[in-house]
Amino acid sequence: MAVRLSQVMGRRLIAGIPTLWLLVLFLIPFIIVFRISFSEVRLAIPPYTPLINWHHGAPHLEVHWSAYSFLFTDPLYVSSYLYSLKVAAVSTLCCLLIGYPMAYAIARTGDATRPLLLMLIVLPFWTSFLLRVYAWIGLLKNNGVINNVLLSLGVVHHPLALIQTDFAVYIGIVYSYLPFMILPLYANLEKHDPALLEAAADLGARPWRAFVGVTLPQSLPGIAAGSLLVFIPAVGEYVIPTLLGRTDQLMIGRVLSDEFFENRDWPVASAVAILILLFLIVPILLLQRVERRQMEAGQ
Amino acid sequence: MSSQPTPAAAPSAAATPDAAHYVRIVDVSKKFGDFTAVDHVSLDIRRGEIFCLLGGSGSGKTTLLRMLAGFETPTTGRIEIEGQDLSRVPPYERPVNMMFQSYALFPHMSVEKNVAFGLEQEHLGRDAIRRQVGEILEIVKMSGYGARKPHQLSGGQRQRVALARALVKRPKLLLLDEPLAALDKKLREHTQFELLNIQQRLGVTFIVVTHDQEEAMTLGTRLGVMNHGRIVQVGTPSDIYESPATRFVADFIGSVNMFAGEVCANGADGLCIRSADLGCTVRAERAAGGAHGATVWTAIRPEKVQISRTPPEGAEAAGGENLVAGAVKEIAYMGDTSIYLVRLDSGSMLRVTLPNVLRGAERPIAREERVWLSWHGSSPVVLTE
Repeated sequence: MAVRLSQVMGRRLIAGIPTLWLLVLFLIPFIIVFRISFSEVRLAIPPYTPLINWHHGAPHLEVHWSAYSFLFTDPLYVSSYLYSLKVAAVSTLCCLLIGYPMAYAIARTGDATRPLLLMLIVLPFWTSFLLRVYAWIGLLKNNGVINNVLLSLGVVHHPLALIQTDFAVYIGIVYSYLPFMILPLYANLEKHDPALLEAAADLGARPWRAFVGVTLPQSLPGIAAGSLLVFIPAVGEYVIPTLLGRTDQLMIGRVLSDEFFENRDWPVASAVAILILLFLIVPILLLQRVERRQMEAGQ
Repeated sequence: MSSQPTPAAAPSAAATPDAAHYVRIVDVSKKFGDFTAVDHVSLDIRRGEIFCLLGGSGSGKTTLLRMLAGFETPTTGRIEIEGQDLSRVPPYERPVNMMFQSYALFPHMSVEKNVAFGLEQEHLGRDAIRRQVGEILEIVKMSGYGARKPHQLSGGQRQRVALARALVKRPKLLLLDEPLAALDKKLREHTQFELLNIQQRLGVTFIVVTHDQEEAMTLGTRLGVMNHGRIVQVGTPSDIYESPATRFVADFIGSVNMFAGEVCANGADGLCIRSADLGCTVRAERAAGGAHGATVWTAIRPEKVQISRTPPEGAEAAGGENLVAGAVKEIAYMGDTSIYLVRLDSGSMLRVTLPNVLRGAERPIAREERVWLSWHGSSPVVLTE
């Protein structure tokens, strides 16, 4: 009896620690941000209006929608949101198209070389993320490595405009997030039973048909997981577009940071953050559904 | 030594002259690096028969099957079906289908979709596909399960779906890799007979790979025993069991008492072998060959040995041939039979199996009891290799 009780306690403790962690470090800050988004900016510490006003000794709830309505009146915000979604979507697609064959190849390699290939995928993480993005400036800028090589070879006569373009942002995001696409895809593809492909071939399917009919549908959860791991951080990406991207079109992460640090408009910054979250909840729920379906079919 | 093919073995064979060479495996070898998995195998398979490739793990039986399916290419030799050389034809263009040991059902597809997959590759019309899928599911008695996913089926049901999927294209040759290995014992027996039934109904030629001799004996019209990449013996189940060609076959199929000895006489009444291990002279009526003084092995099946408390009648007249004495060391009661392990006076052990004919025999043979063991002159098999 005592043993059972301690087992139950132990289980609760193990489940409790991450729950507490999420509660303190995720849910409570989120509630604070959520609450700030329904305030108005003021010159004070803190720089926003309180939620509850004391009026003649009675509490009075003060909810302001101005931060949200402001987001939809100024086209800057809408265009930044749409631009961010576009950049994230295109980058995710590029990561998928590059990452899927790589993950497939790694999953099909022999046991001896596979750990080496996986290590090579993770290797860039050993260098600072910021440093790696800075390195791309050196490669892409007007008198950077790429342009200098092309000019000296006579391929071009004027330096190509590579830096501060959409192209540079895609390069940066795809380069930085590719491992997050490859690893979940690999984890999925590696589990596939090679007998299934043999069965498909045996039933008359040519290699391409077997891939489309058998491998691809079974790797959907891996595609979903990898895509979200790229898409979600890419939407809110701040560093890469700031260093490599356009100056005339901001991504939403940059807008958020500007609102917070330069305009000191905490309510609008909070409203921007809440809306990003709402945008991202939809794909997350989609992923969960795919995963649940896979779990049911997985046994 | 091997007997003539029995007429009952393959009823549909011999209808056309080439029916006996429906599938021809001609001098096929397969090497993986230095390792020779299949070593110069030649084999003819008749139309409409169930041919069982029987062997232990690493005997090459699975590699041979995979070459028939097209997953491996023979290093040398060729494989023909109805005279057409298939050695270099990829699996998706062969008129051959396979039922995988793991069944390899597509987990993301329903039963119907699994079965239809092969037909869809042929770009048949939707109605034709639906009709053929319905028919084959009917045959394997899975009609009501079309919408289910493989994980919603029991092991036996999955096996039926795998069979239906492999049969729906009406292949010229169906390959079955350990078809019953994943089923429990009760279900196996039932499925075995059903498999025979379906095979006869559709008339498809089966090649079955198995390590289970019981499975091979009940399913196969003919057996090919493999060892170290070679075919050791081909024959009907009773050929293989009653007249094994080598010590390996005798030992691999069923249990056997095997003793080395020397040929001491070779006459019209059979071969006479003196065995020090056994402690008596063996007269093998149905054995030929063996020069005087040559070392041979005699194999006696445990169920062909009689056990008694007194020397059997006529034993004196036979001069003590085919007769040994010993003490019972172990008795294993199996229900239908009992197994006796007898330590002979020579020190060797002999295994005897007796059916338990009577219910609650009055005075059963007990441990440590002294017994006489004898066998008919037709029972011993003489092996030279």
